[in-house]
Amino acid sequence: MTAGDYNFAYLDEQTKCMIRRAILKGIAVPGYQVPFASREMPMPYGWGTGGVQVTAACLTPDDTLKVIDQGADDTTNAVSIRKFFQRTAGVAVTEATAEATIIQTRHRIPETALTEGQILVYQVPIPEPLRFLEPRETETRKMHELEEYGLMHVKLYEDIARHGQIATSYAYPVKVEGRYVMDPSPIPKFDNPKLSDSSAIQLFGAGREQRIYALPPYTHVVSLDFDDHPFVASKAAHDCDLCGAADSYLDEVITDDLGGRMFVCSDTDFCRCRRAAGHTGRLGAPVTASRTVAPPPPPSPTRGEGGADPDLSDPGASPPPCGEGLGVGGHRHDIKETAE
Amino acid sequence: MYVAVKGGERAIDAAHAWLAAERRGDTGIAALSVAQIREQLALAVNRVMAEGSLYDPDLAALAIKQARGDLIEAVFLICAYRTTLPRFGSSRPINTGDMALTRRISATFKDLPGGQILGPTFDYTHRLLDFALMAEGEAPLAAPPPPSPPHRGGGEAPLPATLPHLDTPVPPSPLVGEGWGGGGTPAPVPHVTDFLNRDGLIQSEVPSDATPPDLTREPMELPASRPLRLQALTRGDEGFVLSLAYSTQRGYGRTHAFVGELRIGTVAVEMDIPELGFAVDIGEIEVTECETVNQFTGSRTEPPQFTRGYGLVFGQTERKAISMSLVDRALRWKELGEDFIGAPAQDEEFVLMHADNVQATGFLEHIKLPHYVDFQSELELIRRLRAEAITQREAAE
Amino acid sequence: MTPEALLGGFADAPVQSAHAFRASLEALARPGTLQHLTGAIPPAPMSVAAGVLVLTLCDGTTPVHLAGGHDCGPLRDWITFHTGAPLVAAEAAVFAIGAWGALQPVSRFAIGQPDYPDRSATLIIEMPELTAEGPRLTGPGIRRAAHLSLPAITEFAVNSALFPLGFDCFFTAGQQVAGLPRSTRIEAA
Repeated sequence: MTAGDYNFAYLDEQTKCMIRRAILKGIAVPGYQVPFASREMPMPYGWGTGGVQVTAACLTPDDTLKVIDQGADDTTNAVSIRKFFQRTAGVAVTEATAEATIIQTRHRIPETALTEGQILVYQVPIPEPLRFLEPRETETRKMHELEEYGLMHVKLYEDIARHGQIATSYAYPVKVEGRYVMDPSPIPKFDNPKLSDSSAIQLFGAGREQRIYALPPYTHVVSLDFDDHPFVASKAAHDCDLCGAADSYLDEVITDDLGGRMFVCSDTDFCRCRRAAGHTGRLGAPVTASRTVAPPPPPSPTRGEGGADPDLSDPGASPPPCGEGLGVGGHRHDIKETAE
Repeated sequence: MYVAVKGGERAIDAAHAWLAAERRGDTGIAALSVAQIREQLALAVNRVMAEGSLYDPDLAALAIKQARGDLIEAVFLICAYRTTLPRFGSSRPINTGDMALTRRISATFKDLPGGQILGPTFDYTHRLLDFALMAEGEAPLAAPPPPSPPHRGGGEAPLPATLPHLDTPVPPSPLVGEGWGGGGTPAPVPHVTDFLNRDGLIQSEVPSDATPPDLTREPMELPASRPLRLQALTRGDEGFVLSLAYSTQRGYGRTHAFVGELRIGTVAVEMDIPELGFAVDIGEIEVTECETVNQFTGSRTEPPQFTRGYGLVFGQTERKAISMSLVDRALRWKELGEDFIGAPAQDEEFVLMHADNVQATGFLEHIKLPHYVDFQSELELIRRLRAEAITQREAAE
Repeated sequence: MTPEALLGGFADAPVQSAHAFRASLEALARPGTLQHLTGAIPPAPMSVAAGVLVLTLCDGTTPVHLAGGHDCGPLRDWITFHTGAPLVAAEAAVFAIGAWGALQPVSRFAIGQPDYPDRSATLIIEMPELTAEGPRLTGPGIRRAAHLSLPAITEFAVNSALFPLGFDCFFTAGQQVAGLPRSTRIEAA
C-alpha cells in the first residue's frame, strides 16, 4: 500500500464526515454510545478498528501521533497502527506523551497527566458495560434509557458476598456525570481515576460493535462502588525495578524459570523519562534517547522509518521532552498496593 | 541488567517476509495464476464474492491467492477493499424471473413449466477421489463448458436442447422427472411460488418500493427489518448460516421446509441514469436463488397457507442460498404469528450479531494480542483474594 | 443553479475539513471557548464559520433546514452543490442554520429519542458577534465556569433540562465558532 492510493488518513471524506458527526454527538451526551456505520478496515476487528477510525477522523497533517498498546509504544500492534498512519496520513509520530496531540491507546491511560489540546483515543472491544449481564442490545439500550443500572450493582455486590470485595480488576464500570454507566475499555482499574476531570478530550471507538462514545474534558467520572466497599485503584506492591517509580502501573516480568521476576512500568515512555531524569530502580538501566520522528516523505512506503525499535534509535538525539506531569502522581487517588 | 523484549517493527517485517515465502511455497512448482483460481476454484471464488459483498471474480481470485486459500482471510481482503470504493448509485432490483439458467430444480413438483435443469452439480456424483486429476490428466469432458446450455442428465453426452415453453409444459415421462435436465431456455421461467400464489396456497409477499437499509453504510439497528436480515444473511458466514439452518431441521425452530425452487444463472444488472432518463445494462452477475415452501402451523386469524423463506446469494452458492432461506423463514416467526420457542435461528439479535465472519474472526483472534496489563490486574486481584482467605482461615484455626 | 454556487468550497477538502472538524470538536468539547474556522466562502448571509461547518459536517444523508434570510436561492444552491444535503422543514432537520430569531420556536427541532438521544438536531446559530462574556456556563468540558454571549437564556436552559435529550448548538460569527452542547447548564451571569 502506498499513501498515494488512498485518501488522507485512509478513510474517504464521506466516511470521516459520518464519524465526525458521531463524535460530536458523543461529546454532547457524555458516556452515551453513539451508533456509527463502522467500516471494514485493513486490520482485523479486535486490532483497534474503532480507535483507528476515530483517529483517522480526527487527524490533521499538523498532528503528532502516539500509539500505545499495554502502555508500551513498541508492542507490535502499536507499531503496526503507528506505521499505518505514518503511511496514510504522513503525520509526525512520537513516543513522548507530552509531545503527542493525539494518542491512540489500547488498555492503558498514560501515567503522565494529559493536557488541553490532547486527544486520547481508546480502542474498545465491548463498549456496552451491561453486556455481560444482559447479552441483548435491545435490552441494554432500554436499561440505559431508563437508567436501570440495578443489575450492575447486584453483580458487583455478589462479588463482595463471594470474595469480600469487588472482583473486577479491569474494564471497571464508571458512571459519567451521574447519568450513563460506561465501559472505560479494558484499562486496569488503577487507571480509572484518570478518566475523571482530565484536561484532554477522551474518545472511545468500538469498530466491530459500531459504537463511538466520548468524555469531554473536565467531565465527572465515578467508578461504581458501595459506601461500605469504596472503589480502590490498586497496583502491585512494588516500585519499578528500572526507574524506581512507586506510583505507576507495573508489568510483572518473569525473568527465569525459578520464580524470579521483576516489576517494570507498563508505560514505557514514563519509565524512560524517569530514567532520563536520573531515577533508577533496583535493576536500574541507563538513559535512552528521544523517540520523536519526522513525518516520512510520502508516498515512499519504505520500512523502518518509524524508528520504533529503541535499539535502532540515534543515541545522539536530543533529550526527550520529559517534564510535565512526571513524578507528580497527579492522579494518585486511593492507590492501594497489593499485599502478597 | 534486564532488557525488555523490543523490536516490534523488525519482527513485523520479518514475519511479513516469511509469510510471503510461505505463501509462494516451493518455487520449483509453478505459481498459480489468478485466472487459474478464477476458473478452476470457482466455488471458492463465489464464496469470497458472496461474503465479501463484492461481485468481482478476478479480485476474489486474487484475494484467495494472497490469503493462501484461507477463505475468511480472502473475504476480509475483499471487504477492506470494497469499503474504500465510492458509491455511484444503486442498481435496479435484479429480475430473477429473467435469469439465464444453468440450474433450476424444484423439490416440490415432479415437473413444472420451464423444466428441471440439473446443471453442473455435485449432487449425484459419487464422492470418489479421481486420481486421474492427480495425475494431472483430465477426465474426458462430459459436459459442454459454460455458457452453452446445460445438458440433460449426468455423464451422458449432451442431447439436443429442447426448449419447453411456459404454456406447453413437458409431459411427465420417465425421462423428465427429477434429475433430468429440461434444457436451457432463453425464455423467462416462472417461479414455482408464483403457481402456488395464484391459488392462494402460499402467503403473499407485500411488495415495497422502500429503499432497503444498507448494512455496509448504516449501523445495525434492532429490531431489524426483513431486508436488513436478508442482507446480513447473504453476507453471513456460510458455515454459521448452514449450522443455523441445520438446527431448524433438527427441531430448534422447525419450519418444515421444502425447496420450492432453486435456480442458478446469470441476470442483468441495470442502473437508472437520471441524465439519460432510462436504465442501462451495466453488466451481468451470476446468482443463486432459493425459495422454500414451508408449512404453516396455523393461526386463529388466517386460513392455512404455506409460508416462504428466501435466499439469494452471489455466484453458484446453493448450500448458502438454501441455508439462508431456512434461516430467513425461522426469523419470520413474529410476522407469521408463531411462537418464539427460544431457538437460536429464531433469535434475530443472535443471528444478525454473529453472522459476519470478518467481525467474528477478528474478535476471536484478537485474544492473541497482548493482554498482559489486564492479566496483571487479575493476578494481583487473585493474590490479594487468596492472601485474605488464607489469613482468615489461619485466624479461624 | 448559478455559477456562484460552484465557488467557495474547500480547495483541499481532506486537510481543510480535518482542521475544521478539530476546531468544531474543541468548540463543542469546551463550551464557551472561541475557535477559528476558515476555508469556505459561502454566499451571503452565511458566515464563513457556518459555511465551513456545513462543508465539514453535512452530506447527502443529513437533511438541512435553512431559516429566515438564510433560506435564499444562492445559499440553497451552494449547499446542494457542495454537500448534496436535502433541504427540509425544521422538524426533519439534522442541521438547522439561521439567525436566532429566525430559528424560533426552537421547540420544533429534533431532541432525539430516549433510547437514541443522538438522533437530535444540531443548530448553527448565526450571531453578529461572539464574546466570552454573558450567561454563566457549567458542566462537562468546562473547568469551573465559562461565559458566552448567548442570544437568550431560557430556551437553552429548557433544552439543557431535557438532558440526555436536547439539541446541540454551534454559534457562528465571521470566522469564529463556539459550541453549546445540551449537557451545559446555563444561568444568568
